[in-house]
Amino acid sequence: MNTVTNFDLYAPRLVDKQEYFDAGHRACSGCGEALAIRLMCKALGEDTVIVNATGCMEVVSVMYPTTAWNLPWIHVAFPNSASVGAGVEAALKVLRRKGKIADRRIKVVAIGGDGGTFDIGFQALSGTMERGHDVLYVCFDNEAYMNTGIQRSGATPMGASTTTNPAGAASEGKNEWKKNIAEIISSHNVPYVATACHSYPIDFMNKVKKAREIEGPSYIHCLAVCPTGWRVPTEECIKAGRLAVETGVFPLYEIEDGKYTMTVAPEKLRPVEDYLKIQGRFRHLTPDFIQKIQKRVNLEYNKLLDKVENLHSWSELEG
Amino acid sequence: MSKRIGMEIALAAAEAVALCKPDVVAAYPITPNTHIPEHLSDIVAEGRIDTDFICVESEHSALSACCGASGAGARAFTATSSQGLLYMAEIVPIVSSMRLPIVMAIGNRALSGPINIWNDHSDIMSQRDVGWISMFAADGQETIDMMIQAFKIAEHRDVMLPVNVNLDGFQLTHVVEPMFLPDQKEVDRFLPPYKPYAALHPDNVVSMGSLAMPDIFNEAMQSKDAALINSKQVILEVWKEWEERFGRKYEPIGAYRMDGAEVALMTLGSMGDTAEVAIDELRDKGVKAGLLKLKLWRPFPTEELFKAVKGLKSLVVLDRAVSFGGVNGPVAAEVKAALYDQKERPVVTNRIIGLGGRDVAVGDFMAMVEEATGAQKKKPAKAYEIYGVRGS
Amino acid sequence: MEKAKKWPEKWQELTPGCMVFRPGSTREYHTGTWRAQRPVYNTDRCIKCGACYIFCPEGCISQDADGYFIADLDYCKGCGICAHECWPGAITMVEEG
Repeated sequence: MNTVTNFDLYAPRLVDKQEYFDAGHRACSGCGEALAIRLMCKALGEDTVIVNATGCMEVVSVMYPTTAWNLPWIHVAFPNSASVGAGVEAALKVLRRKGKIADRRIKVVAIGGDGGTFDIGFQALSGTMERGHDVLYVCFDNEAYMNTGIQRSGATPMGASTTTNPAGAASEGKNEWKKNIAEIISSHNVPYVATACHSYPIDFMNKVKKAREIEGPSYIHCLAVCPTGWRVPTEECIKAGRLAVETGVFPLYEIEDGKYTMTVAPEKLRPVEDYLKIQGRFRHLTPDFIQKIQKRVNLEYNKLLDKVENLHSWSELEG
Repeated sequence: MSKRIGMEIALAAAEAVALCKPDVVAAYPITPNTHIPEHLSDIVAEGRIDTDFICVESEHSALSACCGASGAGARAFTATSSQGLLYMAEIVPIVSSMRLPIVMAIGNRALSGPINIWNDHSDIMSQRDVGWISMFAADGQETIDMMIQAFKIAEHRDVMLPVNVNLDGFQLTHVVEPMFLPDQKEVDRFLPPYKPYAALHPDNVVSMGSLAMPDIFNEAMQSKDAALINSKQVILEVWKEWEERFGRKYEPIGAYRMDGAEVALMTLGSMGDTAEVAIDELRDKGVKAGLLKLKLWRPFPTEELFKAVKGLKSLVVLDRAVSFGGVNGPVAAEVKAALYDQKERPVVTNRIIGLGGRDVAVGDFMAMVEEATGAQKKKPAKAYEIYGVRGS
Repeated sequence: MEKAKKWPEKWQELTPGCMVFRPGSTREYHTGTWRAQRPVYNTDRCIKCGACYIFCPEGCISQDADGYFIADLDYCKGCGICAHECWPGAITMVEEG
C-alpha cells in the first residue's frame, strides 16, 4: 500500500467537477502530463485562455475535427507559446479597455513542455516574463522531448538515457545536471515562481490558483511523469512523482516576492536510489554514478534550504 | 479631407497604419524597416492611438504575438525585412492557414550571405508559396494607400487572410516624397472596426491551430488555396471603392504607355518609377515601348496578365531576386508558366537587376529594351541573366 | 466497435483555419478500446475519498448514484493508476478477455 503524504483525504471531493480537458484525448495510457493539465484547468476555471506549444499535449488533444478542450485554446508553433500568450494578453487588455469585450478578467495561461520551455522556447519565455505580461506560464516537464520520441533536453536529469544521448559501452547517458529553470525565471523579476508535481494534486492546484491571482507574470514548473519515456509501469506514474519529491530530486517550493518557502518538506529524504531504480531510463547506472547523483542532489537540496532559511523577500529588504 | 504631407515614406507608412487604429503592434527592429515600428511607437507614446506596442525580443515572437492578438480578436500589425522575415518564416504559413488577418509591412532587403542591408526582393520571394496576399508599392502614395487597403482586404469575411505590403528598403523606406495622407474620418468611413470570425474568449469556446491527419490535410490545403484565389474578387472591389473615395486607381497590373506597345518592361516596386522615365525617352526615340507595373503578386493576376500582354511582341521581365539554379527569376518563371498555354504570347526575356541595392539607371532600362527588340538583337544565351555583373 | 473518427466529406465542409467549435468533442473517440486491463470495483472497501478520481489522466471517473467512484469504460485506458493509488485497495486491475 502506498503512503500518500501531504494529501488530505477527501480533498478531491472539493475540487471543481467540470472537466476542462475532456476524455477521448490520445495521450498514452497513464500519462502524467495529461493528468497535470486536467488538474491545472480545474484550478483555473472557465475565464481562461490556454496557449499551447507544440508537443504531446497539443498533438493528442486537438486532432481536427475534435478537441478535448472546454476552454478557449490556441496553438501556433513549438517555440512560441510564451510570445503568443503575450499577444493574447495584450489583445484582451486592449479590447477590454476599448469596451469591445466584456469587462471581466480573463487569465492567459501559456503552457509548454520542457522542450518548448527550457530549450527552443526559452527566448520567447524570457521575453514575455521580462516584459511583465499578465501571463501564467506552466511548464510540464517530462524531462525529454517526448513527443518526438524521448530525446535529450536541457531538463533531462543527469544519468538519464535518452534516444539522443543513450547509455552504452562508451556512455552513461546525460552527463550534465538539469537546468534550474525556476531560478532563471525568478531572476526575471517575476513575482511568483513555484515548482509542483501532479502527484501532489492539491498543492499543485493551490499554486495555480495563487498564480492566477497575480497581476503580472508568474511561472509554475510542474514535473510530469512520462511512463513511456521514463520506462515506468503506467500504474506507478503517481508513485514516481512522489518519489522525486521524497528523495529531494524535485523539491516543491515557492519563490514569492523573492522569498523561498518549501511547500512539501519531507522530514527525512529517502535515498535517490529508491527513485532511480524504478525507472528504466536509469537502469544502466553504476553504484558510483548513483553516488555522484546522490551527492549532487544533497548539495542542491541543502542550497535550497539555505535560501529558504536566509533569503529575505524584496518587501522585507525594502521596508 | 486628405492633407498633403512631405515625409519619409516609412514614417508615412506608420501614419497610415495609425489611421487604421491597430489594437496590437508587435515588432522588432531591422534595417531598413525600423522607422515604421519606431514611428508607430512614437504615435502610441503621444497618445494619438490606443494601441499596445509590444517590444518583442525577436521577429519570431513579433509574428507569434500578432497571432495571439489576432486570435483574441484584435487588429494586429507587424513590420520586418530580410533576415527578420526568415526568422519569423516558421510562423508565416501558419498565419494564413489559421486565417488570421494580420497585416505586415516588409521593407524589402537582400537576404544575407554575405550580409547586405540594401534593397532587393529576395526576402519576399523566399515567402512566395505561403498563402499570404502580397502587394508591391512603387512609391510613397501607393505605400500609404496599400497599408490602409490591406486591413480592409484582410479582415473581409470572404477573405480572412494575412496581407503583406512590400516597399523597397531605402529606395522607398528612407526617401522623402510628397504624398496625400487621408484624414481619420475618411479612413473610418472606409475601414470599419474589426469584427473577427472567431475570437479566443470563454463566451464562445473555440480551439485554434489543430492537428490535421493525412486524411484531412489535402482538403485543408485546397481550402487555403481557394481562399487565396477567391480573395482577388474582394481585392478588386476594395480597389474600386478606394478609387471612388480617394480618386486613385489601383489595378493588379498597372499599365504605362502600353497603347500600341510592341515591347514592354515588367517591374515590381520602385524600379517601376525609374523605368517610366526610360519608357518616355524610348517613346521619344520612336520605340513602341511600354511598362507593366505588377502591384498584386499574390494571388497572381493571371487574367490581367493575358490582357496586359495582348499584342506585345516582346516582354522583358525584371526580377530583383535570383532563384539560384532555377530556370528563371521568380517573377519571370511565374509569367512564363502563366503564358505557356496561350496561343499568342510575347517572347519573354528575363533580367535580374539591382540586387543588394545596386543602382539601376534610366539608361540601363533603355539598354535592356533595346536588347530585347530589333535594335540590338542580342538574345541572351541563358534564360536569365543578372544584369550588369562585372566580368560576365 | 463504433466509428471513432468522422472526417468532413468535402473540403468545402472544413471550418476556416481548421478551427474546432465543438468543445470536448474528443469524447466521440472512445479510447476505452485501447486497454489491456480494466478496473474492477469492490464497493465494500470503497471509502468514496475520490483519490482515484483526482489521479485519473482521462478524467473518466465519476460518482454513481450511490456515490461510488466508477470509471467510464468508454474512455478508460487501463493504466492502473486508480488501483495503485486506492487507499483501501478497493480497485483491482483485471485483464481484458
